Amino acid sequence: MRYVIRRTICAAMALVLAMTAAGCGGKAGSGSQTGKSLTVFNYSEYLDPEMIEKFTEETGIKIRYEEALTPEDMYTKYKSGAVNYDLLCTCDYMLGRLIREGEVVEIPFDSFENLDNIGKRYFDISKAFDPDHRYTLPYFWGTIGILYDTSVVKEPVDSWSVLFDHSYAGDIIMQNSIRDTYMVALKYLGYSLNTTDENEINEAQKLLIAQKPDVQAYLVDEARDEVVAGNAAMAVVYSGEAYLGHEYNENLEYVVPKEGSNIWIDSWCVTKNCKDMDAARQFLDFLCREDVAKANFEFIYYSTPNDAVVSSLPEEMKNDKALVPPDSVFENCEVCTRYDEETSRMYNELWKELKSG
Amino acid sequence: MRDRAVNFITRFYLLLIFLFLYSPIAVLMVLSFNDSRSRVVWGGFTLKWYERMFTSPHITDALVTTLALAFFASLLAVLIGFPASFGICMLRRSGRSVMMTLVNIPLLDADIVTGISMMLFFMRFMELSFSSVLIAHTVFCIPYVILALMPRVEAVDWTPYESALDLGATQPYAFLRMVMPQLYSGIISGFFMSLTMSMDDFAITYFTKGAGVNTLSTMIYGEIRKGIKPELYALSTVIFMAVLILLLAVNVATRKKGGETGEGRAY
Amino acid sequence: MTSEKKGWGLSFPFILWSVGFTLIPLAVITRYAFTDPDGGLTLDNVLAMGNRINGQAFLVSLLVAFICTLLCVLLAYPMVMAIRRLNLSSSAFILIFLILPMWMNFILRILAWQMILSDNGILNHFLTILGLPKVFIANTWLAVIIGVTYDYFPYMMLPIYTAVSAIEKDITEAARDLGAGTLGVFTRVIFPLSLPGLFSGITMVFVPSMTSFAVADILGGGKTQLIGNIIEQEFMRSSEMNLGSGLSISLMIFMLITLPVTVGRSGKEEGSRDI
Repeated sequence: MRYVIRRTICAAMALVLAMTAAGCGGKAGSGSQTGKSLTVFNYSEYLDPEMIEKFTEETGIKIRYEEALTPEDMYTKYKSGAVNYDLLCTCDYMLGRLIREGEVVEIPFDSFENLDNIGKRYFDISKAFDPDHRYTLPYFWGTIGILYDTSVVKEPVDSWSVLFDHSYAGDIIMQNSIRDTYMVALKYLGYSLNTTDENEINEAQKLLIAQKPDVQAYLVDEARDEVVAGNAAMAVVYSGEAYLGHEYNENLEYVVPKEGSNIWIDSWCVTKNCKDMDAARQFLDFLCREDVAKANFEFIYYSTPNDAVVSSLPEEMKNDKALVPPDSVFENCEVCTRYDEETSRMYNELWKELKSG
Repeated sequence: MRDRAVNFITRFYLLLIFLFLYSPIAVLMVLSFNDSRSRVVWGGFTLKWYERMFTSPHITDALVTTLALAFFASLLAVLIGFPASFGICMLRRSGRSVMMTLVNIPLLDADIVTGISMMLFFMRFMELSFSSVLIAHTVFCIPYVILALMPRVEAVDWTPYESALDLGATQPYAFLRMVMPQLYSGIISGFFMSLTMSMDDFAITYFTKGAGVNTLSTMIYGEIRKGIKPELYALSTVIFMAVLILLLAVNVATRKKGGETGEGRAY
Repeated sequence: MTSEKKGWGLSFPFILWSVGFTLIPLAVITRYAFTDPDGGLTLDNVLAMGNRINGQAFLVSLLVAFICTLLCVLLAYPMVMAIRRLNLSSSAFILIFLILPMWMNFILRILAWQMILSDNGILNHFLTILGLPKVFIANTWLAVIIGVTYDYFPYMMLPIYTAVSAIEKDITEAARDLGAGTLGVFTRVIFPLSLPGLFSGITMVFVPSMTSFAVADILGGGKTQLIGNIIEQEFMRSSEMNLGSGLSISLMIFMLITLPVTVGRSGKEEGSRDI
């Protein structure tokens, strides 16, 4: 018996050593690989994995694909330099930060074949963080609004005020994220969501502190499910969640309040580490292609900036305000821009105060 | 009569603990038969998630990575932790408390901090890959091995060992025959703690893994927003049942062996 | 003396590994903790633990960790005694029983608790069937305590059980023969002999429960801030690496100051047992 144990241990040790060696060897060998490859960093569940295989089949370019949960952890991992990412897909204000820090390079849009599929207005709203639209390619976008249960909330909801007038105390779910929560308060007060004015921000803080007893929970990922399950009457959610919420519980309605809200836009950028710009261009161009964009759209049901896909949708989908936001959102909604360090530190402290108060 | 009442209360208490520990597991098992992609909507009974479980190469890849990682990290942890627990027991007070502090450090830090510090450290001399996650997992598994083993090592009865030496046995032989049997349960519990911790970890894996390395844990975290794929509930249930059956089988086997030596204290 | 040398020798692989993969990464974090983003030396990040908001979260975490650790202990000892009483002496079985739930992913288990505890959840469903009033504990600190206790109970139970199961039946029977009742056997034999296990249990429960931010976020509805939530926020939401490192280093210093007390005591107890 003990010989067996001893031998197993020896064999296992050898295996571990071999694997570690293989791991280190793999590092040395990866540079000398003949085939082209790209390392792509995206949000989780944000791209149909079959499209990656399809891209490799068509072009022979291998994709090393990695996923992140939030823009911040993507930034942390990217900045550490532990992995050389070629392409990133991240959110508006994080792109602004990457551009300012000189981490991204221009995309050769001239040599794209499918760029016309992307509506021009999405490049226009991207100007908030990419003024000459040189660095970013819009990928998915949407709004933030209120998802509410019409079997509980009888009157039509059209304003953020429903979150603050205490009529649904204990039935409200807010976003557990700094920018999205302050955005709601700032917009309700009639201010810009990108404000750096201390008085305006403090006013928002007072409002949110007064609201806190009414808030059932500050959630991110589970907010939708809580409304679907009937544990809360309303939640502040991303438009993409609203479509799925409606799928599971048809009493749910989504509204972008009249005071305006946030238009968020997730875009691709090419990092300065990218060694093979042509491969990167091919990948981005591939994502703009109608069939590919459609597959990705059907994978997650977030709003796509790909007009070719939008016009091919069935009528009922086109009329879904969560899936295809109406033009009116461009009038009163804003895109998040990067805060300067002082402002972001201030928000950081206020958020901690709000959460632990 | 009083004895019976006490026995009843004892059993009832164990039942309560059982419910406390296993009700979430039952919920997840039920979800694996739910014919709806949402965890909060019951769409009827189905077995389809079990059928689809292995059709996705991504899930299979993640499963293989997870299992390999857990196994090798635990093995390394035992290989390093086993001698160390003897070593630490031999030390005097001061050396001992220094060592215990060293053992406790990985447990003292929040996961994200450990994860980020290791990422910052690795990036200086290697690219993140499977090996980097393996090293990171071994780091946080070792304390569990040492903490599980030390009480056993301290309680070792050395008299049979010394008698064996007196009777002319070599040191390694006497150790294997007389001391090791007293430690198997400690080694097993340390090893299983490690396996479990490794399977369960998210934050450290997340920061130390290279592009393309996925574990079930990182996969599940990524899916929370869109709704966790029911295939993963099914897979978790299968893993759970497999481990249960495996452990029960091992347990029954060792118990039979324990019966031969005539003691109920089977390890 | 030889035993001391041998001790260091046997610990050598572990020491090497720890220096390489624990202490050096720790040094990296420490460097962040004592510098500002521009690289200048500063104590602000470490001392930030003392400011009003962080300090409050720290105290809340201490309280939560204390309650959870106490609950774990209070749940564990009766269970150890129950196991002994019913002669469930197979330690492998107990191990399976305690560890098996952890083979379902942590976040899945916490989400399952959310489904059990929520207002329209499974627990309330059962209570309604039984004709009892509903309980509203979802998104409160109580739910956080339940979640953390659930999560760490096995870590308390296992070392205590390991220590207690090493106590021979003969010893407790001898105590009984000498006239000790169940309570006497517990307080005079089992409990003192279980102390090393108890202390390693406390180490494994108390510290992690201060930083279990995911439980606070999901079960507490984000309304209970543990120090772990603050640290997570600094790292993951505000990208304040220096501040996050500073806070975690000061948390660690606090632990290192308080832990040797328990570790030291466990050494003493162990010494007295050998006599």
